[in-house]
Formats: sequence, C-alpha cells, structure tokens
Amino acid sequence: MKKLLLGNEAIARGLYEAGVKFISSYPGTPSTEITEYAANYDEMYAEWAPNEKVATEAALGASVAGVRSFTAMKHVGLNVAADPLFTSAYTGVNGGYVICVADDPAMHSSQNEQDSRHYARAAKLPMLEPSDSVECRDFAKIAYNISEKFDTPVLLRTLTRVAHSQSLVELYDREEREIREYVKDPSKYVMNPGYGFKRHFVVEKRLIDLKAYSESCPLNREELNDTEIGFVTGSSCYQYVKEAFPNASVYKIGLSYPLPMDSIRAFSEKVKKLVVVEELDPVFETEMRAAGIRVDIGKDVFGLIGELSQVKIKKAMGIDTGDVRTFDEPVPPRPPVMCAGCPHRGVFYTLSKMKLTVMGDIGCYTLGASAPLSAVDSTVCMGASISMLHGFNMARPETANKTVAVIGDSTFLHSGITGLTDIAYNRSVSTVLILDNSITGMTGHQQNPATGYTLKMQPVPPVSLEKVCEAIGIRRVKTVDPSNLKALEAAIKEELSVDEPSVIICRKPCMLLKYVKAKPAFKVDDEKCRGCRACMKLGCPAIRFENKKAVIDKQQCVGCGLCTQLCAFGAIGEGK
Amino acid sequence: MKNTSIMIVGVGGQGTLLASRLIGHVLIEKGYDVKLSEVHGMSQRGGSVVTYVKYGEKVYSPIVDPGEADFILSFEAVEAARWIGNLAPEGKVITNTHEIYPMPVISGLMAYPENVSEKIAADAEVISVNALDLAEKAGSGKAVNTVLLGVMSKFMPEIEESAWMEAIEKIVKPQFVELNKKAFLLGRAHQ
Repeated sequence: MKKLLLGNEAIARGLYEAGVKFISSYPGTPSTEITEYAANYDEMYAEWAPNEKVATEAALGASVAGVRSFTAMKHVGLNVAADPLFTSAYTGVNGGYVICVADDPAMHSSQNEQDSRHYARAAKLPMLEPSDSVECRDFAKIAYNISEKFDTPVLLRTLTRVAHSQSLVELYDREEREIREYVKDPSKYVMNPGYGFKRHFVVEKRLIDLKAYSESCPLNREELNDTEIGFVTGSSCYQYVKEAFPNASVYKIGLSYPLPMDSIRAFSEKVKKLVVVEELDPVFETEMRAAGIRVDIGKDVFGLIGELSQVKIKKAMGIDTGDVRTFDEPVPPRPPVMCAGCPHRGVFYTLSKMKLTVMGDIGCYTLGASAPLSAVDSTVCMGASISMLHGFNMARPETANKTVAVIGDSTFLHSGITGLTDIAYNRSVSTVLILDNSITGMTGHQQNPATGYTLKMQPVPPVSLEKVCEAIGIRRVKTVDPSNLKALEAAIKEELSVDEPSVIICRKPCMLLKYVKAKPAFKVDDEKCRGCRACMKLGCPAIRFENKKAVIDKQQCVGCGLCTQLCAFGAIGEGK
Repeated sequence: MKNTSIMIVGVGGQGTLLASRLIGHVLIEKGYDVKLSEVHGMSQRGGSVVTYVKYGEKVYSPIVDPGEADFILSFEAVEAARWIGNLAPEGKVITNTHEIYPMPVISGLMAYPENVSEKIAADAEVISVNALDLAEKAGSGKAVNTVLLGVMSKFMPEIEESAWMEAIEKIVKPQFVELNKKAFLLGRAHQ
C-alpha cells in the first residue's frame, strides 16, 4: 500500500525502517517535522535538544555507544553545529550516524539563503540529496549503510521543496539492529593533536574510497535519451528538469559529495550540449569546470538566487513559455503578521511607542519589524539579540537607557544564555526582554526545556528562566504580563533607568496553544468611536477601518483586550 | 493523459492544508500518481499561503508554475488576483468572495481592489461563491475549505461523490465529519 508522505515524514519512515534508535534535534523550518514524525514511533527515542550543537553531540554520543543515531536541523542550524560536525569527520562513528540539513532557497522562512553543500566539502563528509519522498525514505536508509561501511557521519540534505512536498511511498518493515559493541579507543575518539593528526590521514583516505563508491553506486545514474542536450542535476532540480525536458538525457546526482566526476565526464562526452542545473551556488559547476569538464550552460543563465522550477529553467534557456494573465491593479501584499491575541503584540507596541532601539532575534517576534509596529532594529541569528545589545551598549553607553534586546523563551535557551552571561560578567548596562510564550512558536509549536514537557509529551521539571538569569549574575529580574500595557511600560522604564544589567520576562502563553481559550470578540461602539486610529497602531489583523470608524472582525478577534487599553473614548467593549 | 494541476491559495489559518489532504486522498484512491507541495513556517501567520496539487500518470515537479494551473481554488477574493498569472489558458478559477484585508490595507497604505472576481472574469472562467455564507449555513464559518472543495468537485467528473464523502470520513476529526460533509454538499450544489 502506497501512502502520500511529506518528504520529512518519509525521512522519519526511513529512520524507522533503518532501525534507528536515537534522535535529537532542534526545530527549524523546513526540517522540523522529521523529528516530530519520528517521535510517533515507540521503537525510536526522540527528543528536542536546546540547540543544534547539543543535538549533534548527543547523537554522536549515541552513535559511539553503538546505536544508529540521527539529528535534523535547518541550514543555519548546521552553522551552530559546525564544531562537532567537523571533528566528527575525524572520529567517525560506531553505530551509523546521519545528520540531516534542510536548506531553504527563496527563504520561505529563514534569515539567509546559504548552500549547505559547502559543508560536505569543508568537513569532508559524504552528502546525499533526495529529490522526492520515496528518495527521502530510501536515501535515509542508504545513508546508514554508507555511514557504517565507511565509518563516517553522513549528511542528508533536503530543500524546502523536498521536505515540504508529498509524494507516494511504499512502506516497509523495520529492521531491528543489535547495539554494536563499544570498545574504548582513544586513538579514534580522543581528538587531541596527537591522535587527531593521525585521524586526518584516515579522513583523506576515506574520501578517496568514497569517490570510488560515488562512481559506482546507484545513487548517481545516467538516464540516456535524446543526446542533443544533457543535464547534470540533482535534488528538486532533477524533478523540474524531467518535467521541462522529458526526452532529454540526464545525469542524476544523488550522492553529491564526493561527485562521480569520471561518470559525469563520460556522460558529457555522449551529449552535444551540457547543462548544469542547481539552485544557489555553482557547486557542481565549479567542480566540473575544475576537473576540465565543459559546461555549456550553467549559472550564467540560472543565477545564484532563489528557487528554480520547470518554467524558470525553460525561460533561462531562452525557451518561450507563453504569455500569462495579469491583474491590472496593484494587489496588496499579504505578509505574515502576529496573530490576533498574540502576546508579543503589546511588547512591540510599547517598544515602538517608547522609540527604543531594539536588537531582535529569531522567532515569531521577528514580525515586530513590520509596519505599523516597525519596532525591530536588527535580526541576525539565534541568540544574537542579547550579545549584539552588549556590544552596542559597550560602544554607545550613552544610549544604553534607550536600547533593549528581545528574545523568545526557546531562543533564549538555545543560545541566549551565553550572551546574557557576557552581559552579567562584563557588566554592560543592558536590558533584556525575554518573551516567554511557553512554546517554540514559529516552527509550529514544539516543546522546549522551559515548557515542562518533552517531545514525547512526558512531563518534566521546567527550566526556571528567572533562576537561570539570577544564577548568571543578573540581580534585577522582573516578570510581567505583557497584556497589561501600563505595567509593561512601567517595568521597561524602570529597568532602563537603572545602572546595571536587568532582565524583564514577559510571560503569556501563545494564543494558538490549545489550552488558551479565546474570549468573545470585542465590539466597537459606532457612537463612541471618533476614528482617531489609536487602535490601528497595534497592527492587529482583526481591526480594520470602514467609513472612518474602527471595525472588529468577529471571525478573528480573540478578545485579548489590548485595543480597549488604547481607546481613549471607551468605544471598544467586550462582546457577548 | 496530461497531468492536472491545482493551486489552492488563501490566507494562513483558513484550512487550505485540509483541502489539499482531502484531494490527495481521493486521487490516490483513484490510482493516480500525486504530488503535493506546501510551504510551512512564516507563511502561516496570516500571510498568503499556497498549496500545489498535481496528479496524472507520472508527476515529476511538485510546483505549479505560471500558466500551468487547471484550477485555482482561492479561499479569499484578492488571493485569486495575486495568483492569476499561474492559471493555464483554459483553466478555471473557483473563488470565495469573502474579503480578508491584508496588513497594508488595514494600516491604510494600500487599497483593497474592488470587484476582484468580476475583473478576473473578463479574461478567465471564474466561479464565485460566498463560501463563508454556505459554511455558516452548514454550521461553522471554519468549513469554508470543504465548501470550496465541493464547488470544485463538480469539475472533476472522474471522482464520484461517494469518494469525497469517504475521504472526509477518513481524514476529518470524527466530531467535524457531519459539518464538513454538509458544507461539501452545499458547495457541490452551488450554481
């Protein structure tokens, strides 16, 4: 029986069938669902780690202990995990170890468009790239065989269009595996200079073996058809090429590092025109050119930015794809917004009103950067709000009373604690707001160490954010309810006025959590509304203006009551 | 046989994913090769959302490109205008007439275009329906997705009504099955 599986669900299935026993990840779009689906199988232990570095190390530990282990992360998560990644190439594995990295070309939900294929090259690790859900499942399983055969961690790279597309997959049974014996071996696992230097020779020798494997393995294959034109491609681009040019010859790359250069060269000699189709950087093209293989069409027409597709590939190659309809008026864009009732809204309204400089972070609260709140000055990476605030305030101490950092609960535990330690240790007069909405929101509601539940919904003692801050050396730690705008503003004013580091924890659960019950929608009294637009400054999707009066959409309003606090005329009342 | 491409477009939170799951289910039962593609994450927070459904004998790309959609199923009026370039020359637009203002309109930076479906209809086949009305008639404004699916189902004659009903029974949570069946049939009966 075939089932329609999301790429991520298919990878989870592959892990199950491959007998994987240990999974540790940190959520990140588009990788998150792999670990969520994996957690549904009782045979596999699965957890959320506080960050990708911890997850990668935990999974390496499980591999060294002798079980098949796994971690998944988004592309920028691999930056966090880069330290263990590079040295795990030296130690190799005991039980098979696969690291999944999900790239996000076109930045559907990311802060950059990096191409993780460079990591395979830099860390000298083999990389597999599935192009649909069947391959997600199959490649995940093959990755474990490669890992154990060559004694190496294996990178499995997906893209948004692979991870978040569904296609049909036949399901197979799980193959249980005995735990491998653990033997103490410092020369393999203690990477001090003496042992590590010797392991580098092993890494280089392994790459030579992997190159030979890449030439012969079925992951890389030639599909010889019409020889006028031949494509070298892999991952989602393979599907686009097959759709756009069903009769062309294709060399499909599944094991993308090390590349099967001899086979590609042989293919190039069979076709008249050689076209390399890859998203983002010219990784294949550069290596092919360096190997002396002629490339007739490549990045010169396809470009370095965003996603490709069947029509984009045709167009880039100068093929007419016909006219399309247009709508002859400007269509207003529909950017994502904070939900009605979002506990972050009051915070950003207040920061904007106080005209503060705000070092932002990664999460739903990135949306505080959009109009009309327009409250965020910087967003770089997980945890950067706090460390950047420290540097900013050290460089400009005179504006420290007008500058704050804003970070979510999960992001704080991911990599905000170290930044806060810098503030406490080096005594910058900095004010940090932790927006604790009791969940990891943007990636779709994952538990974290502060929520009191594990991935498999086991209750656990939650991390106390207050105590963590105090233990680091922050003496002023305050907790406020961000739905009380007056109290919130007073707390921020007070902490900005003192000459020492402080933390304000703004605590209110995400409105989308099941246990948070919506209140009846609020109503605007037409008689009382003067059309002053004060309520519009909240950027609430439930409030709009009609005939110069505010109107509340009863489908969307959840009765959070922020707007009533802004109305000077008492025009907004509770609904029934 | 040529593959069929459907685009489901709407606003994050409108239930476009349930619609695509129901379509996926009936198509697999019919023995088609099926691919679906959706984008999660940022786009769910009240932003524009797009789901692609493609089926036929063999489907490669999961993406529906400009000029390729046989159906655009639009959950909100202006979303149909946003994606009209994706409609195939002979394609059909099935659109909800309900308007949800995006933030640039709410904050007064831009106007919401007037009479969107009439304007699209000048150049394409459009079936407009007040899906929110019908959904509320069925019992809940949340069933807009199955109402619209019901409207589209009329144009997929290869799939019997019973197959859709079975999909709803299998995929929708038990307590919402009757509501969604009712909503679907109201949509299917829409003239």
